[in-house]
Amino acid sequence: MLIIGEKLSIIAKRVREAMMKKDKGPIQEIATRQWKEGSGVIDANIGPAEDGGEDLMQWMVTTIQEVVPLPVCLDTTNASAIEAGLKVHNNQWGRPLINSTSNDPERFPILELGAKYKAYVIGLTVGKGGLPADAGERAAIAADIMARAMEYGVPLEDLYLDPLVLQIATSQDHALKVIEAVKMFQEMNDPPMKTVVGLSNISNGCPKHVRPILNKYYFLMLMNAGLTSAIADAHEMAEAMSEKKLLDDVLAGKTIDNPAKMTEITKTLDVIMGKTLYAHSYLEM
Amino acid sequence: MAFTPAKETYSGKVYSVAIGTGEGTGTVGGENVLPFHSFEGAAPNRPVIAFEIQDVPPADWPESVKKPFEAVSDDPVKWARFCQDELKAKAIALRLVGTHPDRENRSAEDAAKTVKDVLAAVNVPLIILGSNHAEKDAPVLVAASEAAKDKNCVIGKAQEANYKTIAAAAMANNHKIIAMSELDINLSKQLNILITQMGFEKERLITDPMCSALGYGLEYTYSVMERIRLAALTQNDATMQPPMLGDIGMYVWKVKETQAPEADLPHWGSLEERGIAWEAVTATALLVAGAELLIMRHPKAVEEVQKTIEELI
Repeated sequence: MLIIGEKLSIIAKRVREAMMKKDKGPIQEIATRQWKEGSGVIDANIGPAEDGGEDLMQWMVTTIQEVVPLPVCLDTTNASAIEAGLKVHNNQWGRPLINSTSNDPERFPILELGAKYKAYVIGLTVGKGGLPADAGERAAIAADIMARAMEYGVPLEDLYLDPLVLQIATSQDHALKVIEAVKMFQEMNDPPMKTVVGLSNISNGCPKHVRPILNKYYFLMLMNAGLTSAIADAHEMAEAMSEKKLLDDVLAGKTIDNPAKMTEITKTLDVIMGKTLYAHSYLEM
Repeated sequence: MAFTPAKETYSGKVYSVAIGTGEGTGTVGGENVLPFHSFEGAAPNRPVIAFEIQDVPPADWPESVKKPFEAVSDDPVKWARFCQDELKAKAIALRLVGTHPDRENRSAEDAAKTVKDVLAAVNVPLIILGSNHAEKDAPVLVAASEAAKDKNCVIGKAQEANYKTIAAAAMANNHKIIAMSELDINLSKQLNILITQMGFEKERLITDPMCSALGYGLEYTYSVMERIRLAALTQNDATMQPPMLGDIGMYVWKVKETQAPEADLPHWGSLEERGIAWEAVTATALLVAGAELLIMRHPKAVEEVQKTIEELI
């Protein structure tokens, strides 16, 4: 399981301020921590970055790789910022990852960059016309992206399919559809296609204390479905791994030693699998 | 071979909620089947339709729905009696719209007096509604709850912003409450949880997932209601088992189709018939989605919906 450390995102206030001031300290501190906690790639999410995106991405890539011997995931919709980042990326630590192409024609040029710089590319299974309705629609879009990747010269082994995790608080039925899509994606090629998710979106909008619980058990469910990698908090995922046996026992219908944990896992699984309707207080019911 | 209809069995049941006191008592909910699926189980109570009346004259209602009440709508007591005695209302919904700060801004005390007067005049169950101004509704509905103490009324609407005050007052004075959220099933469940966590019994709740009129988002209300009912029946989700309210009239009688004159839109046909049909169709759709309690305005629309209920039951 490859963890792509998610913490360096422009959405976080501290990171955004550091990006604006080009203050290396917080960026390197967070990157180092993610690396120590088990990330294999560091995500650098600079947002749409319409102005000065090229400079910012180069600064991010070099700032991260100065202290962390890992590849970087270049996360922006600005293709020229991605290319700028790819030019300075130190491939000694591994090949870079691009986040992302999709079935939207505006995102096709990303594949050219992937081929040119031999980068891994994330293919988000959405088109121009809104969100996919179910696993089948995600797979159909995945097939389009795969065909296009080959056409542009990106080998299928270098493509990560992303089924698009949605918020459980508003789109509960998609939690299971995404798990199903991860299974379907793997069957679309031999060797199986690689998969990735933006994990923490599952708990976006949920109360703060509920978020790590949903993140962890959803991650383990995806892992059981064969997920290859996740953009996630490495610390949280390490914790998840330490609870994997508990979750598998609950799934197998066994009673585990820790009743509080058993309840927490059972209720969370019920919500993920759509057996109970999500509410912010679901753990208290 | 004889035809045997396929039958579903459900694990859950909608709470049976009694409203009102004495001879006029009514009951909503209580079924363990989807709407009008009585062949699959028990549906002991017909949906209840409450006539809407107001504490102030209905200046903002369109002419065609003002007309049936023109002799009585200057006084909520006369209006209530008319609904009970002439229209044979099974319940009355008194909307204290005059308390809204942008309307007559009537005080909580004035509202309480209206509640008392109306309660003294009728014996059918009373639903007491605020003006849907979350801040003002809190003191108004507290005063109304006290004025109606032990009359087993339905007080509403408790929303995320004011549920604590309203639920506490309803609890202290033995009423039911309407919990309203805005077209979001997960928030609807959350509000029911929050209210019950205060010690308010879930068997005393009525869920309002928020209404909308035909052509103006009815499909959203329909879908949320349908999913709430399925969660109640198929997942046995106790937080989703209160009966549901469709507050039809106030949404229907402000849309263009119930107001645009024939002179402007002759191809739309008779304005009066159009309005009645609009209200009846909206109401029928929500009954099919799972509503057990409706608040409506036009007597002819109510009559049509009653007929439909009798045919479907």
